[in-house]
Amino acid sequence: MTAAIAGRPQPVVASRWRMLVQQTYTGLLSLIRIPAFSVTGVALPVMFFAFFGLPNVGKHLGGIDAGQYMLATYGAYALSSMMLFNFGIGVAQERGQKLDLLIRATPLPASIYLLAKLLVAMIFGLFALAVLFLFGAIAGHIFIPADRLIVMVARLLLGALPFVAMGFAIGYTFGPHAAPGATNLIYLPMAFSSGLLAPVQFLPDVVRQVAVYLPTYHYGQLALSSAGARAEDWTTSCLWLAGYLLVFLAIAFRQYRREEARKYG
Amino acid sequence: MEPVVELVGAHKSYGANEALRGVDLAIEPGRLVAILGPNGAGKTTAISLMVGLRKATAGKALLFGLDPADRRARSRVGVMLQESGVPNTLKVKELLGLFASYYPRPLSLSRTLDLSDLAEKADSSVGQLSGGQKQRLYFALAVCGDPEVIFLDEPTVGMDVQYRRQFLDSIRQFAGAGKTIVLTTHYLDEADELAERIVVIGHGHLIADGTPREIKSRVAGKKLSFAAGGVTAAAFDGLPVSNLDLSKGRARMLSNAPEDVLRELFRRKIPIADLEVTGADLEEAFISITKEDSR
Repeated sequence: MTAAIAGRPQPVVASRWRMLVQQTYTGLLSLIRIPAFSVTGVALPVMFFAFFGLPNVGKHLGGIDAGQYMLATYGAYALSSMMLFNFGIGVAQERGQKLDLLIRATPLPASIYLLAKLLVAMIFGLFALAVLFLFGAIAGHIFIPADRLIVMVARLLLGALPFVAMGFAIGYTFGPHAAPGATNLIYLPMAFSSGLLAPVQFLPDVVRQVAVYLPTYHYGQLALSSAGARAEDWTTSCLWLAGYLLVFLAIAFRQYRREEARKYG
Repeated sequence: MEPVVELVGAHKSYGANEALRGVDLAIEPGRLVAILGPNGAGKTTAISLMVGLRKATAGKALLFGLDPADRRARSRVGVMLQESGVPNTLKVKELLGLFASYYPRPLSLSRTLDLSDLAEKADSSVGQLSGGQKQRLYFALAVCGDPEVIFLDEPTVGMDVQYRRQFLDSIRQFAGAGKTIVLTTHYLDEADELAERIVVIGHGHLIADGTPREIKSRVAGKKLSFAAGGVTAAAFDGLPVSNLDLSKGRARMLSNAPEDVLRELFRRKIPIADLEVTGADLEEAFISITKEDSR
């Protein structure tokens, strides 16, 4: 075959950078135009925080101000739910609408496609965090010191990767109609029992015993340790999250391969 | 000339179902080729192999001598598929801009809009397009990268007559630029009107391959049918008919020269009543070709 190629003009391909920029830009546009995604993803954490977090400002929790404490766990809630829903439901819908079919026939590399998706989710996650922290500052006068805040945001973004992988696993397992329900059914109990919405201290013992094995628990702990609260060591959280990342990646990859064989074998 | 698209002994089975049973096909650059066949004949499977969306069970597909899934090959190819979706949240020009970025030397946005007759819809949301406009959008997505080859899988399905006419013009316009076009259809007239070469696929086999004229001569043009009590096959001796069927008190046959057949039948004083002459539908035409083929 190489001999056959040699005689022809060398075919060229488009710049990966341009593809990545365009793919990310249109991804952001798409997401902004689906309020069901963008508004709920940004507004729900703020709303829940207004209900459950604001009344506790001034009290002490885990060695720090309860407002700061809950801002950290709500930050973890905002990012993990954003990743899980964006990827879980998004991937299922793309499969349902056969968006993947046309894209596959283009020269766009799968890596660029995935990277752009990740960037879009991260940018949106960052925006959701900014809105939440701004709300906390304005409505509750809660300020997390800048150095801590930077560390927290960086750790939260990286620590969100297992939820991206989990989203893919869900998106490749469930159809477009089942995915939203399935994601809620899996995510909400996990988030509640891990203390992302109400502090773990207030949860029943049984729940707490189970919670320590959940990815959301260690994600919440990662946020808390960054905020200076009493929590497990951040390296422990990272190890748990890395383990979960591998598990979910393996599941997502397996489901992806199954679909590949069926649709494109 | 070196072929741009090739199927070499291509077999494709889905479980027990054999969709392609050994197809050899080579398409030279600059040709407009129609792959014709009834539903379920294997047309879409053939296209899927050529564009690298599916892998051959045995044999292979080549694009520019490369694996069709190779990015270098895909950068020179545009594809319009049946039933593929597009993100409804984007505007037409945004989606075209995105797809253009996948290709090394894309057409300008205005040129793409012109070719696909979508200039007025550039700022419309993709979700608001009508069925026919959406088909034209798929065409626009296929040509926006200025590819050397475009594959169109049943491009006119679900289009009304007027749209279809405009659309075939768009294809012709694009073909005029020296491009290779491979399209599948189950409309003989469409293939006849557009293509320089027609490839007929039936039951996973390549059963005919030639110019529209050659294919049409193999596909008997008209269906004749009349009430004919007691007429035997001998009455049709030497007449240009095929698929003669004398059951249930009627004579049915296909012919390219129905006038000659009738003139001769009248001359032979064959009693003819309740005469019907209709265009042979493609399904029957394919059956007749397939029968010839299996002989």
